Amino acid sequence: MATTHAKSGNSIGRIVLYTLLVFFCIYYLLPLYVMLVNSLKPLSEITAGGMMALPQEWTIAPWLSAWSSAQVGVEATGLRPYFLNSIIMVVPAVALSTIVGALNGYVLTKWPFRGATILFGLLLFGCFIPFQMVLIPMARMLGLMGLAGSVPGLIFVHFVYGIGFSTLYFRNYYAAFPTELVRAAQIDGAGFFRIFWRILLPSSGPIAVVCIIWQFTNIWNDFLFGASFSDFDSQPMTVALNNLVQSSTGVKEYNVHFAGAIMAALPTLLVYIVAGRYFVRGLMAGSVKG
Amino acid sequence: MGFLDIKQATKSYGAVQVLHETDISIEEGEFLVLVGPSGCGKSTLLNMIAGLENITSGEIAIRGKSMNGVKPADRNIAMVFQSYALYPNMTVSGNISFGMEMHGIEKSEREKRISQVSDLLQIKHLLDRKPGQLSGGQRQRVAMGRALVREPDVFLFDEPLSNLDAKLRVDMRTEIKKLHQKLGTTIVYVTHDQIEALTLSTRIAVMFGGYVQQLGTPKEIYDNPANMFVAGFMGSPSMNLFPAKVVSENGQSAAEVSLANGTKASIPFATEELASDVGRDIILGIRPEAITDRDGADRNSQAVHIVEAPVEVTEPAGSDTFVVSQIGGKDVTGRFRADVAVNAGDTFPFAFNMEKAVAFDPQSENRIA
Repeated sequence: MATTHAKSGNSIGRIVLYTLLVFFCIYYLLPLYVMLVNSLKPLSEITAGGMMALPQEWTIAPWLSAWSSAQVGVEATGLRPYFLNSIIMVVPAVALSTIVGALNGYVLTKWPFRGATILFGLLLFGCFIPFQMVLIPMARMLGLMGLAGSVPGLIFVHFVYGIGFSTLYFRNYYAAFPTELVRAAQIDGAGFFRIFWRILLPSSGPIAVVCIIWQFTNIWNDFLFGASFSDFDSQPMTVALNNLVQSSTGVKEYNVHFAGAIMAALPTLLVYIVAGRYFVRGLMAGSVKG
Repeated sequence: MGFLDIKQATKSYGAVQVLHETDISIEEGEFLVLVGPSGCGKSTLLNMIAGLENITSGEIAIRGKSMNGVKPADRNIAMVFQSYALYPNMTVSGNISFGMEMHGIEKSEREKRISQVSDLLQIKHLLDRKPGQLSGGQRQRVAMGRALVREPDVFLFDEPLSNLDAKLRVDMRTEIKKLHQKLGTTIVYVTHDQIEALTLSTRIAVMFGGYVQQLGTPKEIYDNPANMFVAGFMGSPSMNLFPAKVVSENGQSAAEVSLANGTKASIPFATEELASDVGRDIILGIRPEAITDRDGADRNSQAVHIVEAPVEVTEPAGSDTFVVSQIGGKDVTGRFRADVAVNAGDTFPFAFNMEKAVAFDPQSENRIA
C-alpha cells in the first residue's frame, strides 16, 4: 500500500518534471524556430504579421539572396566573401593557438624552468583581460606590423588571444600525464620534439577537441576584433551580418536577415555536432578513472 | 677503478643538500641495491646515474668515461620505472623497439632483437597488444624487455616491483635474479624493501638522510651493521636494540640489562672487546633469531647464555613463535620454535646467542663492538 502510494506520488512528480522540461525546451528553441520559418517565407508573409506561422509559400530565395546577392555594406555581394574571410581567419588561428598551447603545456609541465609558474600565471591572466582593453594597443601593433585591416592581422590577434586558454587546457591535461613516460623516452633517446610528437600528442585527442571547439566558437563568433581590425574586404562573417541587417537602403528584408543569421551560426553548430561527444569526454577526462 | 664509478657525487636543490658526498664503485656484473626509507636520496642517486638529474658536484663514470653532462640517451643505460612507463599509444613491440628506432638501428635487426627478448621473457603472444590490455606482471615484463633489448652497459631499476601484489612480487623477484645470473649484466636497483635488497643483491648500499650509511655484501650488512639505523632497517622482524651497561663479572665483561620484573640480569659477551669500557652505557643489538628457547639455540655457538625473563606476549607465526619480553624498557622479540609451550605471563628461559650480539654507542649510534 505504502509503496503504491509512493509510486503514484513519484509518477505525478515525473509528469510535472517532464512537462516543465518540455516547456522550457520549446521556449529555448523558439527563436531558432522563428528564424528557420521566417527565412523560408517571402517577405510579404512576414510583413503581413504572423511571425510564428509556417510559410504558406515555401521558398529558398532569401537564403540565395543572403548568400550571394544581398546588399552588405556598399556592394551587393551577399555574405559569401565574408564567410570565406571567416574560414580563412578561423582555421589558421585555431590551428596555431592549439599547437602553441599544446607546446606551452608540454614545456610548462614536463620541462619546467625557473619562473614557469609565474609565466603560466601571466598567460592565465591574459585569459581574463577584457577585449576592450587591448583594442588600442593592438591596433597600434597591427599598424606597426603592417597587418592592419587584413585577414592575417585578425589571425594574429585571435592566435595571440587564444594562447592563454589553449595553454591552460593543455597544461592541466599534461600535468596528469606521467612524467616517467617522458623520462623513459629520454633514456630511449628521443629528443624534445620527438617526445612531443610520438608520446604526448597521440594521447592528447580529447583535450585537443575541447580546445579546438572552444577556440573555433570564440573566434568565429567574435565581433569586436572583427569590427575593429578589419577593412571592407577583410570583414568576418559576424561583422558582415551586422552590416547586412543594419544597411538602411530600401526595405528591411527580414527573411534574408534570418537566413544570414543562420548561416553565421551554422559552422559552430556543425563543429559541436561533429565533435560534441569528444567535447564532453574531454571535459570529463581524468575526473573518473577509466 | 670499477665499471661504474660514483666519485664524491652530491646533489643539492638550492640550499638543501639531498645527497651528501657519495663514493661507490661497482664492478662489471654486480647487482647493487640502493635501499633506504623514502626521502633518503636513493632515487636521486639513480636518476643521477641515468642522467635525468644533474650532478651538483663530483663525478659519475661508466667504463672509465665521465658521464657528467652526457645526455641519458648517450650513456648506454636502460631503466625500468616503478610505473613501468610504457607508452600507452604504442603496442608492446612498438614499446620495445622505440629505443632502438631512436638509436637508428635497422628494422630487420630490431625485429630480430624483439623476437629474442620476447622469447626470453615469454611475452611473444603479447607483442601486438597495447599496454592498457596487459596485467601488472605482463607490463613489468614488457618494461624489462624494453630495457633488455638495448643491451646497455648498466641497467637501472627504480622500485620495479612495488606496484605488484605480494605474490607476484616474490615471483618477479626470483625472475629478476635468474635473469641477472643468466645475462651477467651490471644492475643498480633501488628499493625501500629490505627483503628485496637482501635477496637480490651482490652488494647493498643502505642510505638514510642523504648519506650512504653502509656499503657491503648482504651478509656483512645483516651480521655487522655499521650503526643503529642499518641494524634497525635491515631484517624482518628488525634487530632488537635495547639499553644495557657494560659490567665485569667473574673477570669477564658482560652486559647488564634490567628485566620487566625489576631484577637485573647480566649476559657475558662472547669477546672481550668491551673489557676496558666497564661502567659504560651501551645499546645492545641482537637479532630475533639469536634469542631463542633453550633447545632452539645455535649448537655451534660458544656463547649461548640463558636469561630467565617474564614473557609479555607470544605471537605464533606458523613456522616460529615470536616471544616478546620487556628488556631495558624495550620490547625484545625472540624467535622460538613453534612447538615450545610458552605463555604470556610465564617466566621462561631465553637463550641469548651472544656471538651474534653487537653493541652501539647510545649517543653517536655507531657500532662499538
